[in-house]
Amino acid sequence: MLAVVMLASAIWCITATRPVYSVVALLLHFAALAAMYLTLNAEFLAVIQLIVYSGAILILFLFVIALLSSGVAPFAVGPDRIPRIVYPALALVAIALGFITYALSRTTALATPTGTAGGNLGPTGLADVFGSVGDFGKALFTSYLLPFEITALILMVAVIGVILLAGDQTPYVPSCKQASENRRDMREAVLRGGD
Amino acid sequence: MDLMSVPIGNYVALSSVIFFIGVAGVLTRRNPLIMLMSIELMFNAANLLFMAFARVWVHNAGHIFAFLVITVAAAEAAIGLAIVVAVFRSAKHVDVDDVALMKG
Repeated sequence: MLAVVMLASAIWCITATRPVYSVVALLLHFAALAAMYLTLNAEFLAVIQLIVYSGAILILFLFVIALLSSGVAPFAVGPDRIPRIVYPALALVAIALGFITYALSRTTALATPTGTAGGNLGPTGLADVFGSVGDFGKALFTSYLLPFEITALILMVAVIGVILLAGDQTPYVPSCKQASENRRDMREAVLRGGD
Repeated sequence: MDLMSVPIGNYVALSSVIFFIGVAGVLTRRNPLIMLMSIELMFNAANLLFMAFARVWVHNAGHIFAFLVITVAAAEAAIGLAIVVAVFRSAKHVDVDDVALMKG
């Protein structure tokens, strides 16, 4: 059921004619994906998925769409790209079908070993149960502290890059012409004062 | 419904199908926003595999790495949208086929 919703919304996302519909489809996809994370005992990641993706990234997409759509026809409609990519697309589809059949043929070999790791697969929310917030946080701040710090560096680089790319292009100092006018006005004021 | 009865192969199949839907979106669409959204679809397919395998081997390293992937995806979306806005400022329309300044 969730898988059907995810597939349908993914296809809708890439085939929508207007970007806003695509964002709505992606929102549906992320909601279904968060529900699937809940079924996989990953409650913290489900919440993070909803907050970060649905709350932050999609809103960012919506802002950019609203910003760019204020002009006239911001997205040019050119010749279709479908005919150029028919053969690579067929090759990709063949590879994908190969992966899927391989995965489904290996289904019985990888049965899920439930309860083998100390039997800590209870309802999540308890402190030391697999998938709970406490378990996740303990692992994140002890075993995986270095990737966490590198994540902070990546976010800082992203912030600086976005400011450089899309920030206000005019520097804070007044422009050369403005500065020369200011200097001339000040000189004339000084000269007038001297007289 | 016993959720543990879902075998891992179904997750792998679903994830690969979503990944290739994302690949098709990147290859066929001209709108850079929808291309970025397709990249997000691919990130989420990878995250779904991380989750499924973290559930199979009861180990939360998959959760950690999915968290890091979400963070990197957020940074990537921000920078990609900034690039789209910058291109839209220089040329008053956004078409990925026209942005060929760095083409060799």
